[in-house]
Amino acid sequence: MNGRDLILSRVRAAIAGSPPPVTPTPAINRVWEGDREAMVERFLDRLRDYNVGVTRTSGTVAPALAGILAGRGIDRLAVPTDLPAEWRPDGVALVPDDNLPHGALNAIPGALTGAALAIAETGSIVLDGGAAQGRRALTLLPDYHLCVVRAEQLVGLVPEAIAALVPNRPITFCSGPSATADIELDRVVGVHGPRRLDVLFVG
Amino acid sequence: MSTNFPTRAADGLRNTQQRRNLAKATNTIRGKTAKVTAELPDWEALREAGKAIKREAHAKLDQYLLQLEEMVTKAGGHVHWAADAAEAREIIVRLTRQAGTDQVIKIKSMTTDEIELNPALEEAGIRPYETDLADMIVQMAKERPSHLLVPAIHKNRVEIRDLFRAEMGEHGTGLSDRPPDLTRAARAYLRQKFMETKVAISGANFAVAETGTVGVVESEGNGRMCLTLPQVLISIMGIEKVLPRFDDLSVFLQLLPRAATGERMNPYNSLWTGVHAGDGPCEFHLVLLDNGRSKILADEVARETLHCIRCSRCLNVCPVYERAGGHAYDSMYQGPIGAIVTPQLRGLEEAGSLPYASSLCGACHEVCPVKINIPQILVHLRGRVVREGHAGKGEALAMGVAARMFGNQGALDWSLWAGRLGQKLLMRDGTLPWLPPPLSGWTLSRDFPALPEQSFRDWWQKREDK
Ligand code: SF4
Repeated sequence: MNGRDLILSRVRAAIAGSPPPVTPTPAINRVWEGDREAMVERFLDRLRDYNVGVTRTSGTVAPALAGILAGRGIDRLAVPTDLPAEWRPDGVALVPDDNLPHGALNAIPGALTGAALAIAETGSIVLDGGAAQGRRALTLLPDYHLCVVRAEQLVGLVPEAIAALVPNRPITFCSGPSATADIELDRVVGVHGPRRLDVLFVG
Repeated sequence: MSTNFPTRAADGLRNTQQRRNLAKATNTIRGKTAKVTAELPDWEALREAGKAIKREAHAKLDQYLLQLEEMVTKAGGHVHWAADAAEAREIIVRLTRQAGTDQVIKIKSMTTDEIELNPALEEAGIRPYETDLADMIVQMAKERPSHLLVPAIHKNRVEIRDLFRAEMGEHGTGLSDRPPDLTRAARAYLRQKFMETKVAISGANFAVAETGTVGVVESEGNGRMCLTLPQVLISIMGIEKVLPRFDDLSVFLQLLPRAATGERMNPYNSLWTGVHAGDGPCEFHLVLLDNGRSKILADEVARETLHCIRCSRCLNVCPVYERAGGHAYDSMYQGPIGAIVTPQLRGLEEAGSLPYASSLCGACHEVCPVKINIPQILVHLRGRVVREGHAGKGEALAMGVAARMFGNQGALDWSLWAGRLGQKLLMRDGTLPWLPPPLSGWTLSRDFPALPEQSFRDWWQKREDK
């Protein structure tokens, strides 16, 4: 018998005669109950908690981005090929990631992308390779990630995010920059991937 | 080699540095997890949901596995079935050879430890590089992990610095022992490996039958590196990790980080479905591992062992783990969950002393995010150890160790308490039909009067408290 048949037959024998499965408790689909502004505040607070640089604007995106980048001293960015025109900050060289070799991407100091959605309760940014996000390597190899989140992309809680995501895309949740506590439980931020994450919240 | 908890625990007890590290670690994590789990108004409902989903997944496990296979294949991935560790090793070695490489990068995975993959790769001339910081430390030191989540908790910064200096070539020269410096050295050393290695091997936290989506939850970003940069990705997963629906992820993505590290969300979660053109590996293999899991499934009392999501919260509240240390369990699964998983995976004959490695205080059951009744399973396994004739000196030794751990009065309370809890399950009509040896000789011919529900000391204590 091959492994597949063997495993299936063992599993079937193991569960035969057991009581039928309990009706599964519906996944807990709690939704955000506070008002919208409280949700935004929660999100920005959670980001600050993770040491993420937070900027909020209700105006045009490009100048706000230029300001953040000047503050970080970054003048060269890898960007997805479909970066919205109104996100192009002055004074910064933009390198479209047209399937750049990993080595080339690695040599660029930062990346600028949008997001699929964001979660207030956990301060997470969710990327799925959709519009203005590029492939996963783009937000992984450069040392710095600047992410634009629009107000209408924000949801309150994790179940709301899961319900809104398209399963067969490559999905990455980022909740602050990478971190480790492996050495004597001292928390060190920025292990692999971008060592710094900034978020521009629009709305 | 059999797992002898009592002897190993005695070693752990003598290691004061380790005990200090562990006390600090478990204390810190305990505080954090308590805070963030209390913060969710539906935490209890989430635990119930987690348990119900796992139960349902396991009750129809054959169907869900087949659905998973179908969906992964449809999305361009390949599914392999491994009945035991040897078969799993064989599959992974073959796939790696096919990719024409002699090195692989690995993401923290207890399952690859369980099947002893690294020695098999090395034997086949393939060099495995662990990329999780702690696993890398443990690998460089040629040791074993001592905690599910912080595997190198037994090592201090000076030891780690010396290790890196010896093993990391240029990246280790002149290194200080400050954790940020050590971390930076690891980053530089590993970046090169991430860029040049063609094959990555990972575990998986879950896989969704409905969509074929596989997920890895992590912290350092080494996971994203392994899941994204290589051409070939091989993920191995115990068959119990399948979830029926994509929606179920919302339950586990809330339970796991909060219970494990006390974070509202861990830094990175990656979800992928087969292969994604132009993004990430062009070849994806999912290895489904049984290796004793179907046997656990067949035991109606112990089957909920398989609900475990490896958050390690039970380790952090366990008084025995805190004193004895992870190495006492001689397994990649330590603490309370290790005490029930290991004997079931490796056999009671080999690891029959582990179900005794507990004070049965119940703390593990109280905190488990999927509500596994670990004490009940421990007692059930003790019963099996006895019935199947594997009871030896282990139990007596375990009592001896307990005495050293808790002091004499503590050990007495412990054994009486354990006795009362144990007998609840064995008792019929207020008497005990049988007892573990050495009392079993006596109960062979007559029933033993059950111990009173409350010990005299408990009773006295309660009376005093009033
Ligand atoms: S048994 Fe429960 S608490 Fe322990 S590791 Fe598993 S899920 Fe976590």
